[in-house]
Amino acid sequence: MEKAHFYHALKVVKEVCIGCTHCMNVCPTSAIRVKNGLAVINKNACVDCGECLNACPVNAIIVEQDDFSQIFSFKQRVALLPTVLLGQFPNDISEKQIYSVIQELGFTHVYEVDETVDILTEATNTYMNKHHQERPFISSFCPAIVRLIQVKFPALVEHIIHLKPVIDISALFYRKKLKDEGFTDDEIGIFYVTPCAAKIAAVKSPVGEDKSFIDGVINMDFIYNKVLLSIKQNKTSGSKYELNKHMSRRSIGWTLTNGEASQYAGRCLAIDEIHNVIEVLEKLENEEITDVDFLELRACDHSCAGGVLTTENRFLAIERLRKRADWYHRNKPIILEEKEVEKYRTYLLGNISIKNIEPRSILSLDTDMMEAMKKMEKINRILKVLPGIDCGACGAPRCQALAEDVVQGKAKMTQCVFLQKMLTKEGLITPQESFDISENTWGVKRFEKKSLNDH
Amino acid sequence: MGMKFTFVIEGGNFSKAGTASSEVKKILKQLNVDPKIIKRTVVSLYEAEVNVVAHAFEGNMNVEIFPDKIVVRIEDKGPGIPDIDMAMQIGFSTATPEVREMGFGAGMGLPNIKKNSDRMNISSTINVGTQLEIVNYLK
Repeated sequence: MEKAHFYHALKVVKEVCIGCTHCMNVCPTSAIRVKNGLAVINKNACVDCGECLNACPVNAIIVEQDDFSQIFSFKQRVALLPTVLLGQFPNDISEKQIYSVIQELGFTHVYEVDETVDILTEATNTYMNKHHQERPFISSFCPAIVRLIQVKFPALVEHIIHLKPVIDISALFYRKKLKDEGFTDDEIGIFYVTPCAAKIAAVKSPVGEDKSFIDGVINMDFIYNKVLLSIKQNKTSGSKYELNKHMSRRSIGWTLTNGEASQYAGRCLAIDEIHNVIEVLEKLENEEITDVDFLELRACDHSCAGGVLTTENRFLAIERLRKRADWYHRNKPIILEEKEVEKYRTYLLGNISIKNIEPRSILSLDTDMMEAMKKMEKINRILKVLPGIDCGACGAPRCQALAEDVVQGKAKMTQCVFLQKMLTKEGLITPQESFDISENTWGVKRFEKKSLNDH
Repeated sequence: MGMKFTFVIEGGNFSKAGTASSEVKKILKQLNVDPKIIKRTVVSLYEAEVNVVAHAFEGNMNVEIFPDKIVVRIEDKGPGIPDIDMAMQIGFSTATPEVREMGFGAGMGLPNIKKNSDRMNISSTINVGTQLEIVNYLK
């Protein structure tokens, strides 16, 4: 069962938020309103894409993370690293250094998430053959996109490939491996280092799974700072790449754009950045795009290299990861039999399916169609008196959004500053009433003159 | 009771083809219509819209939504369809090579509309225009 309330990692820090309109205007699902001088996120509509965090001029939107010390409540502490983490560091820092610093933080095992990619590509090929009538297939890779489809494109939910993303397959693999070594389930803690907010939400309120396979999430910028600090303080050098590891090109490239789409036969498209994805999903819904077999859709620009918790410039990170993939390809060709995951292939393939992904449209005005029709008529009437300039001064991103909020009882028409002017002029409200309404939206004392000493 | 919407379709402007059907899609989503019915409806309307863009000079899409059904009338001013039975066959197309080059005109239009609607009526007068009525039940 999916929970009625959705966990979101993106939080507005009230003390820092200045109640501007930047986040509200960029939100692709119109989930944000300004009330009492603060940004408020609607939990049902938010897909954890992180656009608001990127747009915030004062860093008032943060990605909430688990307390790091929780890892010590487990005997076996596994850190799962996203491959993009390895692309964050300057060239003179070796992989060995990165791994050992993370181990020193308290982990007993450090692995890269994308090592189990081969299992997923095999399962995906089988799935696409078996369910060929559900073409085009949409990857379940990006949790922000899965949520976007649930809330905005409910008709497309069935096209999502109902298989676990690599992060869950890896969690399953390492847990099983440790259990086979004799540890009990509650002795094993698996922690994912995340480059984005959506992956946290996916762990806390999983879609299509009863519970997550991950015990906790650590923000990637936290690990980045720890590694850099430790290396600056006691500089050791070694060879750049690990000699006792096998990382395939496919694994290293997986979370970058075209990482998945390049692996399958047929017509496969890779689309990154959430607005680009929305444009394609609209066309897909109208069947303006046909004859596509597989769609790799990611919310961030340049996929995970552009995640909100990455620190390095995405182009530089991608270049490093490509170099890394080339090095492994040249110097450490993959010998499948040597990979431990091969022993678990059958087990993982047997546990790779996920349950139904439920549509949960945020667009419908009412569950009852007659009611919805009445509300739509009201909205259209309200829109005729609103100015249509989408200024945002009412605390909603667009006139259309204000009209919908009014009909749903979440806002008042008088929040519109244009209407206030008219009503004041015609003597229907007093200037004081008009002022009070604006203070409700923008916060008490918001309109007072700033002192010259303030910044 | 019902709700009425009218959209203008511009002949020959493929860059705008699909705007009217997308608008109808938005409305149906807001009315909490079953996603599967929305999809069928929108696919049929998109095909009809492209037909007007590809063949006619101008046209209108009149949408009426009732609690139990959506009735769409698409009327255009254009060359008309000389043989409707022929046009209903899969693969039959009178589209010009230019239109085909843009990815349209595969001769799937009318059959696809029929497939994706519950009722379809079409009438046409040569050198005057075509009227198409599409009905989809919402329940």
